[in-house]
Amino acid sequence: MKLLTHNLLSSHVPGLRPGGGFPLRIEAAEVRVRPVPFNAAFVSRLVPRLRWDALREAAESLGRPSELPPEPSPGYETDEEFLRRLHHVLLEVEVLEGSLQCPDSGRRFPISRGVPNLLLSEDEA
Amino acid sequence: MEAKTSEDHLKVQKMKKKVLRKQVRAQHTLMRHEGIKCVSHATQNLVIANAGLGNGMSRQQLLRILEEYGAMETLLMPPNKPYSFVKYRTTEEAKKAFNALNGKEVTLEDCDQNIVLYINFVEKVSLQNAVPTSLPPGLMVIEKIISPEEERRMLESIDWKANEDTQNAQKTLKHRRVKHFGYEFRYDNNNVDKDKPLPGGLPEICNPFLEKCLKQGYIKYKPDQLTVNQYEPGQGIPPHTDTHSAFEDEIISLSLGAEIVMDFKHPDGHTVAIMLPRCSLLVMTGESRYLWTHGITPRKYDVVQASELGQKVRTITADVGDLTLNRRETRTSFTFRKVRRSPCNCIYPSVCDSQKGQQRLVQPSFPQNEMEASKLEQEYVHKVYEEIATHFSSTRHSPWPRIVEFLRSLPTGSIVADIGCGNGKYLGMNEDLYMVGCDRSKNLVDICGEKHFQAFVCDALSVPIRSGSCDACISIAVIHHFSTAERRLATIRELARLLRPGGTALIYVWAMEQEYKNQKSKYLKEKNGSKNKDKEMNTGTAQRSLNDQGPDNSSQDSAWSDQLLNDLKDESCGAKPVADFRLPVHTNRTSFHSQDLLVPWHLKGGTKKKKGKY
Repeated sequence: MKLLTHNLLSSHVPGLRPGGGFPLRIEAAEVRVRPVPFNAAFVSRLVPRLRWDALREAAESLGRPSELPPEPSPGYETDEEFLRRLHHVLLEVEVLEGSLQCPDSGRRFPISRGVPNLLLSEDEA
Repeated sequence: MEAKTSEDHLKVQKMKKKVLRKQVRAQHTLMRHEGIKCVSHATQNLVIANAGLGNGMSRQQLLRILEEYGAMETLLMPPNKPYSFVKYRTTEEAKKAFNALNGKEVTLEDCDQNIVLYINFVEKVSLQNAVPTSLPPGLMVIEKIISPEEERRMLESIDWKANEDTQNAQKTLKHRRVKHFGYEFRYDNNNVDKDKPLPGGLPEICNPFLEKCLKQGYIKYKPDQLTVNQYEPGQGIPPHTDTHSAFEDEIISLSLGAEIVMDFKHPDGHTVAIMLPRCSLLVMTGESRYLWTHGITPRKYDVVQASELGQKVRTITADVGDLTLNRRETRTSFTFRKVRRSPCNCIYPSVCDSQKGQQRLVQPSFPQNEMEASKLEQEYVHKVYEEIATHFSSTRHSPWPRIVEFLRSLPTGSIVADIGCGNGKYLGMNEDLYMVGCDRSKNLVDICGEKHFQAFVCDALSVPIRSGSCDACISIAVIHHFSTAERRLATIRELARLLRPGGTALIYVWAMEQEYKNQKSKYLKEKNGSKNKDKEMNTGTAQRSLNDQGPDNSSQDSAWSDQLLNDLKDESCGAKPVADFRLPVHTNRTSFHSQDLLVPWHLKGGTKKKKGKY
């Protein structure tokens, strides 16, 4: 699971308050960094789609607190250094083993071999 | 005198007209039934109506007729068809043959019948050769298992003249003579009386042969039942599977006196014709014994490979450039079986008489509430996909062009969710997109993970992605698996929730209607296309973009889907039978008669059920 995927995921346990269940807390047991070709335009276009706080929180929980600024600075589209760091955090860092925890209900979803299992049981759904 | 000449002239004119009429009719028939287009200008290639293997013309005779007019490059005789194709080396030669043979009457050498040839030019002789078919799993043919001397002695040992009082059961069935040893096979219940063995057991003369089979490992147990069948030319045996509860797994059959072609058929319609040479042994085990039917078509000629007449075991559809007719002779088969003493526990319960009635949920009912609907999907969709994941994945690799086109049309940096991504065949389609996939089957999602795609496990009714985060969504051949109209709609609503305002979605589902403008879909047409059994059909699906339907606003999206829900409710109420709450079961390659039905999943080596909804 890449951190960009994590930024899109949200807990879907029934009965959450509106907007609840986000972001899922990462409990990582194994993290891998896999290089991905850099594409400035691609990363730049992703920025407005991100929940920035959730991304920083996720990076911090993986022990990478200082890699991202508190928020994207104006003119980030041309700031290659910024885009490269963001590229690395979003696309190259992957959680292989661990779990995701719903911040509201506490429900944990396992991640194994990079694949989160967010299937709810019959009773939950 | 003059009057007579003019009368003759008239006659000739009339004849010519008749030939022309018939020739044109042949053109239309070829076009309509076979998709073969005739052309009005001369070419090297001719299609000859009425001179096919299907109406008794042999390759040898046709070759003799055609070679009078020039050198041929190819002569194609498709099996069971009433026409043939010939390609001459030059157009001149083809023209010569056309002029001489169109409307000509010839006598079929093999049956003394007259036919008239009608000939047309075609652009090319491009009949597709069938892919060489493989033998049904578990089937073997061992050639020359016995010597001609052994063959003679075994044939002589059967006393067909003996009358009814003899100890061994003998009957003349409609299509052949039969004789039973060990146990009598009863044709009324297709079984044997297991506590009534016939006196005398199996003929002594069979022992050396059976010992050999045991030693060579063709069989594990010594058979205790023998049925001898004698087929005259023109006789046959209807397609059947030997009753599971009557006999053990191994069934072996010796062909004596003459070769014959036996037809094997899988329940999905796939047929394989197999040449059983004289003195060969047919061994049926496993799938070929339990699941396939076998039979002999009553006819006087078999279509066989011309180059290897009666020599080699092979399946018969391989090469239409090399087929001819082979006159049948009297063939006697010795079929040995072992009577089964305990119920059959094969892995083909759908065709097993021992396991009838033991099947759970043979025909499930329409779900009456959410719980039942979910259970039905669990049993008939999720479980099946988990079990078949690897096989499914290995046969699902070619992306459908329209979906590729859609994905390629999205701008760089778009975030796209694939709901029901299966093995992830679309996830890597466009590197300029960020694609995430999800599927209900963990095994399939694990395959995505191995390919380094972003994927997770969830149900399409509840997707753990935050609202409005996706630029586009696709859901390909997924939503029809949901068992009620309400659940199908809820899935579409969930998908719409993921889209940002202005986002687009592409949904493919199986269509209930499999005909469009009177044209049957590929799914209906591929009746015998068993080689394509696992190929995906993209013509039978319906496509609809969410953004075609209304304004780019998610609240209106849901208003739209509510409207659709109401429409569908009406429809589905109409579609549900009032009295019978059983779910209808779909037959492969036929039209869908109901919006909600069970579509069984067939996999070589087993039959599973997969639920489809339309």
